[in-house]
Amino acid sequence: MSFPWAKNYEPQQPLMKWLDAKLPLPRLVYNAIGAGYPVPRNLNYFWNFGVLAGAALAIQIITGIVLAMHYAANAGVAFNSVEHIMRDVNAGWFLRYAHMNGASMFFIVVYLHIFRGLYYGSYKAPREMVWLLGVVIFLLMMATAFMGYVLPWGQMSFWGAQVITGFFSAIPAVGDPIRVWLLGGFAPDNAALNRFFSLHYLLPFVIAGVIILHIWALHIPGSSNPTGIEVKDEQDTVPFHPYYTAKDGFGLGVFLMIFVALTFFSPNLLGHPDNYIPANPLSTPAHIVPEWYFWPFYAILRAFTFNFLWIDAKLWGVIAMFAAIALLFFLPWLDSSPVKSSNYRPLNRIFFWILVVDVFILGYCGKSPAEQPYVILSQLCAAYYFAHFLIILPIISRIERPLPMPNSITEAVLAKNADASSAPATA
Amino acid sequence: MASESNLNAGIEDGVRRRDFINIAAVSFAGVGAATVVLPLVNQMNPSADVLALSSTEIDISAIQSGQAIKTSWRKQPVFVRNLTPVEIAEAKKVPLSDLRDPQTLDERTKPGKENWLITLGVCTHLGCVPLGAAEGEPRGDYGGYFCPCHGSHYDTAARIRKGPAPKNLFVPPYEFNSDTVVTIG
Repeated sequence: MSFPWAKNYEPQQPLMKWLDAKLPLPRLVYNAIGAGYPVPRNLNYFWNFGVLAGAALAIQIITGIVLAMHYAANAGVAFNSVEHIMRDVNAGWFLRYAHMNGASMFFIVVYLHIFRGLYYGSYKAPREMVWLLGVVIFLLMMATAFMGYVLPWGQMSFWGAQVITGFFSAIPAVGDPIRVWLLGGFAPDNAALNRFFSLHYLLPFVIAGVIILHIWALHIPGSSNPTGIEVKDEQDTVPFHPYYTAKDGFGLGVFLMIFVALTFFSPNLLGHPDNYIPANPLSTPAHIVPEWYFWPFYAILRAFTFNFLWIDAKLWGVIAMFAAIALLFFLPWLDSSPVKSSNYRPLNRIFFWILVVDVFILGYCGKSPAEQPYVILSQLCAAYYFAHFLIILPIISRIERPLPMPNSITEAVLAKNADASSAPATA
Repeated sequence: MASESNLNAGIEDGVRRRDFINIAAVSFAGVGAATVVLPLVNQMNPSADVLALSSTEIDISAIQSGQAIKTSWRKQPVFVRNLTPVEIAEAKKVPLSDLRDPQTLDERTKPGKENWLITLGVCTHLGCVPLGAAEGEPRGDYGGYFCPCHGSHYDTAARIRKGPAPKNLFVPPYEFNSDTVVTIG
């Protein structure tokens, strides 16, 4: 597809030849994830996470469609219908736990995929569009996950919906009417539950559509690789199939083992017990926490406890939280260093790991109650998060002296093999 | 029918008849599409049965001085508090310049009924139900309500004093039908 030496699809059987002339779907697959797609020979296991994210989405769609056959999106019976799935439906407990933990696994995989991109500079030219579409997918995932969490209509579902739709009321002047419009009422109720269910069913297919664009945009320049050096000739690449279908297949096995271990042995580890209490609009749980994958952003939301300039604290919090994600859209232009991989960027490598620690601390603060020392800690870490992208990254991309780089992917691979003569394996 | 001269009629001033037809057709379709979007957007607004719940009658005769009850209006919690003279005095002595959302207690209660503080039990930050209405719940640093979600403190007139919330607890429209019955909405 992307390189002149890519293998050409040549069907042998008459049926496949006939199909290729009428609807070349097998050709599309062959060129996208088959032997017709040449991929850098040196990809490490961090390049598994795109395929794993796709697998996680497939698991969510399959389990979700089945759950929808037993679930009732009505505020009066939603909670009981989830308990009906858990207790009465054959294998219902397994399907629901798989869907619940599948969401967490999807986010784990996607966060690793995002941080892989940050470390190896995958967002840089010529792959900016791949990155931008990825951020769109991330936003859609967050919306889908939020609405899915509302569906069981437990206490956390209800109060999560209340708090998240409350973000919109921060918008000056039109905020409250927008919130009422989104909820179809003055508080989360039947109208909101129904529309969330409808959208929760729709959005995964929108995600699947954007994933197709994401892969399409990726296949124009071809995959990046751990050295960040672009492919120069045929010896830098291997065909996707069988080399990376095998490597991704191994990764998928590991992923599924962790997934089933979580689902079977600790299905509620990442959940919250309050969500097994039916929604009560008159009583807020003592401590509202979103699902773990929202913690860092929740901490940024809560970091603003004071009015600043002419904007009140609530609006600042909401702006900051959305800006924390929107910032990622500008990343390809904030980091102007021509070197992609942080393996050759000594300064960026240090600040990358500081950012990782920062995000973990933010996550911890987001999980904790809104009291000291977590408030001041989340304020400092939120400030650092923005400073990383808006100040540190632009500066280090100008002042940093990159390490000497190999001339090609092949040279990098051969040099590594010469160093470690006892380990002859290549990627 | 469509002879060469007909098709090119008016072409000398750079505008063909077909251009008019194109613009007219697209405009017509555009107005049609916009008209269809209207019901699609409007269906999201509260439906008639949701709006029908918009007024509630409450009997307040059982609420002793210093007590509060939680009730519900438009599916939202409402706090009805019978303020003690101490709480009223405390609310009155706060200078307006100290307040984030300046309002006096008189503006937040009915004349002659200033001990009856009726507010929504919806934190103006992100909509949690603040604590403080039920016996034994924490009432925050200013003796009114305390929202545990993100730490907003309200004073005895339910005005925001500390924390991320931008506004005082909202006072819904209400009337005293008699000394003991209030209609909210």
